[in-house]
Amino acid sequence: MIPAAFDHVAPTSLDEAIDLLARHGPDAKILSGGMSLIPAMKLRLAQPAVVIDVNGIPGLEYLHEEDGVLRIGAMTRESALERSGIVRHGYPILYETAKVIADPLVRNRATIGGNLAHADPANDHPATMLALAATIVVRGPHGTREIAADDFFTGFFSTALAEDEIVLEIRIPAPSATTGSTYLKFERKVGDYAIAAVAVNLQVDASGTCTAARIGLTNVSDVPMRARAAEAALVGQRATASAIEGAARAASAECDPKADLRGPVDYKRDLVRVLAGRAISRAVARAQGSAN
Amino acid sequence: MVTTRTTPEIGGMGHSPRRKEDPRFLQGKGNYIEDVKLPGMLWMDIVRSPYAHAKIVSIDASKALAIPGVLAVITGKDLEKYGLHWMPTLMSDTQMVLPTDTVKYQAQEVCAVIATERYIAADAIQAVEVEYEELPVVVDPFKSMQPGATLVRPDKGKDTNHIWHWEVGDAAATDAMLQASDVVVKEHIYLPRIHVASIETCGCVASFDKIEGKLTVWMTTQAPHAIRTVLALVAGHVGLSEEKIRVISPDIGGGFGGKVPVYPGYVIAIAASVLIGKPVKWIEDRMENLQADSFARDYHTTAELGVNRDGTLTGLRIKTLADHGYADAAANPSKFPAGLYHICTGSYDLKGAHVEVDGVYTNKPPGGVAYRCSFRVTEAVHAIERMVDIAAHEIGMDPAAIRMKNFIEADAFPYKSVLGWEYDSGNYHLALRKAMDIIGYEDLRREQLEKRARGELMGIGICSFTEIVGAGPSKDFDILGIKMFDSAEIRIHPTGKAIARFGTKSQGQGHETTYAQIVAEELGIPMAHVQVEEGDTDTAPYGLGTYASRSTPTSGAAAAMAARKIRDKARKIAAYLLEADEEDLEWEPGRFSVRGNPEAVKTIQEIAFAAYTNHPQGMEAGLEATHYYDPPNLTYPFGSYICVVDIDKGTGQVHVRRFVAVDDCGNIINPKIVDGQVHGGLTMGIAPALYEEISYDEAGNCLGGSFIDYLVPTAVETPHWETDKTITPSPHHPFGAKGVGESATVGAPPAIVNAVVDALWHVGVRHVDIPMTPARIWKVLRDHGVEG
Repeated sequence: MIPAAFDHVAPTSLDEAIDLLARHGPDAKILSGGMSLIPAMKLRLAQPAVVIDVNGIPGLEYLHEEDGVLRIGAMTRESALERSGIVRHGYPILYETAKVIADPLVRNRATIGGNLAHADPANDHPATMLALAATIVVRGPHGTREIAADDFFTGFFSTALAEDEIVLEIRIPAPSATTGSTYLKFERKVGDYAIAAVAVNLQVDASGTCTAARIGLTNVSDVPMRARAAEAALVGQRATASAIEGAARAASAECDPKADLRGPVDYKRDLVRVLAGRAISRAVARAQGSAN
Repeated sequence: MVTTRTTPEIGGMGHSPRRKEDPRFLQGKGNYIEDVKLPGMLWMDIVRSPYAHAKIVSIDASKALAIPGVLAVITGKDLEKYGLHWMPTLMSDTQMVLPTDTVKYQAQEVCAVIATERYIAADAIQAVEVEYEELPVVVDPFKSMQPGATLVRPDKGKDTNHIWHWEVGDAAATDAMLQASDVVVKEHIYLPRIHVASIETCGCVASFDKIEGKLTVWMTTQAPHAIRTVLALVAGHVGLSEEKIRVISPDIGGGFGGKVPVYPGYVIAIAASVLIGKPVKWIEDRMENLQADSFARDYHTTAELGVNRDGTLTGLRIKTLADHGYADAAANPSKFPAGLYHICTGSYDLKGAHVEVDGVYTNKPPGGVAYRCSFRVTEAVHAIERMVDIAAHEIGMDPAAIRMKNFIEADAFPYKSVLGWEYDSGNYHLALRKAMDIIGYEDLRREQLEKRARGELMGIGICSFTEIVGAGPSKDFDILGIKMFDSAEIRIHPTGKAIARFGTKSQGQGHETTYAQIVAEELGIPMAHVQVEEGDTDTAPYGLGTYASRSTPTSGAAAAMAARKIRDKARKIAAYLLEADEEDLEWEPGRFSVRGNPEAVKTIQEIAFAAYTNHPQGMEAGLEATHYYDPPNLTYPFGSYICVVDIDKGTGQVHVRRFVAVDDCGNIINPKIVDGQVHGGLTMGIAPALYEEISYDEAGNCLGGSFIDYLVPTAVETPHWETDKTITPSPHHPFGAKGVGESATVGAPPAIVNAVVDALWHVGVRHVDIPMTPARIWKVLRDHGVEG
């Protein structure tokens, strides 16, 4: 559990960091919170020659609402999301995601940008960002661009980020009055990755009909995924128990879990059904004005 | 309730002063192995096998040796030159220090690198090139017992992987009793491999002084004196003589049985220091600790219990296959290869029992040590407590009622069990009734019926355990021939303060406080004035160490006996000072007074001063005593635990809603420390019940070898413990104490399993093995038609 030798560089500006990325290419790794990178290095699963420590770059830790969009700086710590009144009251799904990531010690260091850039299908934020239709703003040598969460996760631990790009900001559209959202995670013990988790963000109109739904699933596929069949089973339907059960079964069918020490495939599939049913029910209740 | 004879200032038995050791621990000022830093100290790291069984074709260390700062790569062939490549286990089996030709389990030591820095050593182990030729692997102990199975230990010269057979009890009488019973319940119970996972991993600093020829080893050991003797016995031929070996156990970050054995890493570090003449430090990382150090449990048991329709339990038959990995590296008393497993008749007055255990080799790490329990007591309690519950459900009797009907009666103690133990004292009915009253047992049963009618799954589980601790009477108990007494040495200084040294070694239990309280109780010297030391073989009296809840029953008793010797001498000095007859003196804690003349008083402090300044002519100066205590019997702590669980039919999660623990450990030295021991023990009890397991795939790859998958519960997983006590003193212990460190770890798991099965009996579930993970419970539910 001792890392291989590496160089540590600590740029003080974004441009400097991007220069360093461009110069070192695949030999370099960005160190933000370090809560995934450092364990990987200690196990020698990752042996970067250069670690670019971006903690000294000012202006990347912030969180505010502006023109109907929640903007979160990439270096914002999970603990800041957990403690933010804006998040807690306006974005319950994000609050529920942040507070179940690992444990308090990790959340004090871990960043939302690092969580997304690492693109571990077991990480909690990807499913939530898919459900929230978030935009990830990145910068490289050729400037800034926006990537939709739907396009961001491209494969197993891989993203649409170019080698010389760095995550700047996460943008989340503000919910409407008819929005209900939640993140429901089931883990073996606190601090563990999810056996499965479900992120739900939907809208229910005055007649009780679900008018929009986005559902993300955690750790039941190689790539963070949307449960599109489950969404389709809900949208345009009255949000009854049987519609919710139908959507939950669809999510169970479309996920693609692997067996591991968290459980066999059939267990994980059934767990997705159970969690999706509970999460959708809670989101519907919230959309209809429940405080829970 | 707990009573006191001393003032809070003296702080004898029954008081709960703050722990004397805590200021240094809470301020990060403990002195652990990692804190030992010596001039010129080198670092060792170990190359470990990726295979569970393989021939070592070659070891090429040239690239490692080319790294600046790497001084040596030590292989089994190097140690073979000194006859140090094999070593004995505590069970008189043998295990490799480093292999010369084959490796027998994944993560086994292959060779060791010595370097000037920790990081260089870590780089160097990556640079050592080892060529392996894989060999067939046997992981399953049942397959290992079959004819033609791959031989794990061909060096034994036997055509079998069977290590030993052990049995006790009357087989024919037990058979007859079972046949005559109305019902015989039978179940297969597997207690999987688990690991104590102490927060501090194992390690040492070995420092050989070539000029003096003296070896000093700071090491994470629960038994420093025994280790010194073992080192002298196994390394005497290379010139290590016992007076030239000093073993120091500094602060220890948790032991639980895992720091009793001698691990190869210690021996390699010592050999390296002797060869190089510089101090060598070795500290395991977490994965090495989990994957290579001695495991606990791994008992495959088939149990049969007879019961009559009126609820009378009759006979018990148990057959167990004990998977020891590639060596029997347990730490049991020599006479008992399965430890004290034959305490398995538990708290019940059974008239017949027969137990058989067979040890077997497999390609897994060696071991069979405790997990915070006394020599296989957990395995025994799990078996009987599960079987009693199954019997109760089978005949339609309440699990509490069947226990009450079959408990050994309070007036039957001392009670001789059918398998040969003499239980010292107990009042089992009282403890269970108290637990039932606290938890509201009858109300819970009504609630359960209502919930069941609504399709909800709620269970109530009881465990009424009897522990067997404090080994032991030396006529029966030894480790490698060394009798299992333990010791105390107390010296009173002229100003009335004291230092007390012991053969045991605290690993967090609070000995510095409780031993001081025993001295305070016996001599009336304030516990704050009693300095307690353990763990340095150059200064402490000889002893067998701390494990199996034996410190209070043995060294604690020795402290009282040594203090009483001091009090006897103090009486003589007081009589001299007061010009009175010894017979006319009355003792109360801290002072002698003359009967009928309460003004004529000498305090223990005045007497201590006189012992050095004004002692009677003809009397030896000084005021000190040593005692080696050989207990006349073991002690038998007990308790009744009741827990309530709710099961989530969708996820399979078991939620422990309430947990009441009523413990009886005899007279109590420090109630707060006892509570702390019970809280910690209960948490280590839910751990194997719900979370922890180390398993292997068919190729012998370790699963669960890091904290990602070895799930040590945290405060979040820990239920709110509701603790209480009854007090039934031990009649043979000098102050009636019994030991408590392990009761809760022993008693908690079956209570939780019984609760889960209680919730599911009506759908056809009879037994669930641990750990009862959500995935496992989900399968049980779906297999029995419960949808969620």
